[in-house]
Amino acid sequence: MVEDKSLLVRTGEPGLDLVQLEPILHRYRGQLGSLIPVLQEAQEIYGYLPPVVLRHIARELGLKPARVYGVATFYTQFRLTPVGKYVIQLCQGTACHVNGSERLEIVLEEELRIKPGETTEDQLFTLTNVACLGCCSLAPAMMINGEVYGPLSLEKARNIIRDIYASERQEGGEI
Amino acid sequence: MRIRVGLGSCGMAAGALEVYEAASQEAANRGLELEVQQTGCIGMCYLEPLLDVLMDDGQVYTYGLVTPEMVQRIFNEHIEGGRPVEEHLVGSTARPADFLAGQVRVALRNCGIIDPESIDSYIEQGGYRALEKALRNMTPEEVIEQITMSGLRGRGGAGFPAGLKWSLTREAEGSPKFIICNADEGDPGAFMDRSILEGDPHAVLEGMALAGYAIGAVRGMVYVRAEYPVAVRRLQMAIEQARNRGWLGQNLLDSGFDFDIDIKQGAGAFVCGEETALIASLEGERGMPSLKPPFPSEAGYSGRPTSVNNVETLANVPWIIEQGGQALASMGSEKSKGTKVFALAGKVKRGGLVEVPMGISLREVIFQVGGGIKDDHNFKAVQMGGPSGGCIPAELLDTPVDYESITSTGAIMGSGGMIVMDETTCMVDIARFFLDFTQKESCGKCVQCRIGTKRMLEILERICTGQGQESDLELLEELAEKVRDGSLCGLGQSAPNPVLTTMRYFREEYEAHIRDRKCPAGQCKELISYRIEAEKCKGCTLCVKKCPVNCIVGEKRKPHVIEQEQCIKCGTCMEVCPTRFSAVTVE
Repeated sequence: MVEDKSLLVRTGEPGLDLVQLEPILHRYRGQLGSLIPVLQEAQEIYGYLPPVVLRHIARELGLKPARVYGVATFYTQFRLTPVGKYVIQLCQGTACHVNGSERLEIVLEEELRIKPGETTEDQLFTLTNVACLGCCSLAPAMMINGEVYGPLSLEKARNIIRDIYASERQEGGEI
Repeated sequence: MRIRVGLGSCGMAAGALEVYEAASQEAANRGLELEVQQTGCIGMCYLEPLLDVLMDDGQVYTYGLVTPEMVQRIFNEHIEGGRPVEEHLVGSTARPADFLAGQVRVALRNCGIIDPESIDSYIEQGGYRALEKALRNMTPEEVIEQITMSGLRGRGGAGFPAGLKWSLTREAEGSPKFIICNADEGDPGAFMDRSILEGDPHAVLEGMALAGYAIGAVRGMVYVRAEYPVAVRRLQMAIEQARNRGWLGQNLLDSGFDFDIDIKQGAGAFVCGEETALIASLEGERGMPSLKPPFPSEAGYSGRPTSVNNVETLANVPWIIEQGGQALASMGSEKSKGTKVFALAGKVKRGGLVEVPMGISLREVIFQVGGGIKDDHNFKAVQMGGPSGGCIPAELLDTPVDYESITSTGAIMGSGGMIVMDETTCMVDIARFFLDFTQKESCGKCVQCRIGTKRMLEILERICTGQGQESDLELLEELAEKVRDGSLCGLGQSAPNPVLTTMRYFREEYEAHIRDRKCPAGQCKELISYRIEAEKCKGCTLCVKKCPVNCIVGEKRKPHVIEQEQCIKCGTCMEVCPTRFSAVTVE
């Protein structure tokens, strides 16, 4: 995934509640190897890892910000930018690849008008490629917010996206 | 009578939870004293969701591709009526499914049989007997001796003898010592470890406790992918249960042996499957490998002696201790003992998880267990070992499945991914696909791996887009050698394998891309075009409506035409064209 390097700039995000990090930091402080679980739990709270959170974690754990940033950018699980309401993980495992996952990618890109790693303007969808979801007998497959869909045809994949759009519009209308 | 529904990740993805709920509901509605049990994956992924009916006389009937609607019929006719629903039956005790017939189950012995969330279910099948036996009657040295005698080798891919690893760790100076279970299964196309953790978590914990006893460790850690939430949850439950029953904790069975296990979740980095990188990650660092020696057995986690063993290896351990090392050594080939679990997928009819004795041929695995190639296409190659492995062609289908024989083909045994390919798979594209993976996953420490794989990928991309040159093949070979020799860890050392094997066995395909600018398999986007055959097209307008970029023109009942300049080559037209017309072709 291509990360936005401008995140390095030292701007905070006003309104972000850092107090929520306290219990996590308290639990892990002083333990060997605690940085990764702290980042994982922080991401669960905020949905991603904003720079201000990374700096706060560094300060509290007594680490250099560069080290925290280094770890956060090394692992694919960590996101430095916010994601959409629906995160599409398109499986690019070998079984999915030989069953046409690249054509699926073309169709989803066309449908959502974004590239993998990007989020739609309405903040509804984020499209990502993942190495393997491990449900190779459902190839080609994708996961949306934890739910697996497969085996997919191009048509099926498109309809899943359209259905989500439709239900979102309906919900929006009711409010 | 009892009902059992497979609730592994793959089963749930196919809708098994709904089947499980429907069965529970149905039993309750009818007021039947009938237990509806969950279980892990039996391996028949191609037939998920699966439902077993266990009769009181021990007969088991298995239904495949079960829907919630079918459940009602199974209750009516089989459970209450006493007549199995033949048309949905995929196997029974009397007639086991072909898929299972050729298998021998050691690591998967309980998967798809027990309830993975119940320690009692594990104990009923003989669980924790091996640990009891070891703690009461065996010295740590005797445990190691049995493992050495069994010939068990690391199932993560490299095949290092497990007994030797343990004795090195035991003899190393320093304490405390650690045992780490490597569950960072990152090969695209491999899910053996996930299925074991989801289907039989206690077997892995028991294996770790035995390893801990053998090497003199008091603490174990499972390093598991965060992408495996079900496995993580079941492991957590299993650890709690084992602690409550005294199989983990202080002074186990009054032997004076203390041992406990905790879970560490990986954060998504393929290189962390390499043991020194895994340890760095456990210590909260970027997961970058370090030079060996010192080996983890001398200086591993926090600089202390550490044994890192793979999930499948550990799942074998309780079985070996209970049955004796000789029992495993009696299976398999001369240098590869026991069984191996494979994730069979790709263009194979029956995809799933299989466990076979070492030494049987690839042909038997793919054609007898796997049932041959999907849609009766032709077998082209089988990919083994993922990004570190290679593609084995049809003429080598009789190669026996053992570490040395597979290595001699240029592939590797690997952790167990086995992806079957047919004539519609482009081998140049496969090489590009794996290089793209390793290049992204390279940690960047070694120059040859970081930049060498990038250059190799660029060449392959060039070939796949029709920009290849004659000299490219030679250049690829030269780079492959440099990347292999100049990399610290297995990721870089083996990264060229997919390229080298495809160049060795499918050179003519590379040449077709370079000389004729053609992709014989019809996969490489830039080298193909979709066309509509005018005489076959009936003008139904389906493709016109479905084309995402509206590049197909034509009126109703008149042949349509694809405007090539705008075509994005997604293949939608080919997919939606009714099979009775099959008017869209790719060339």
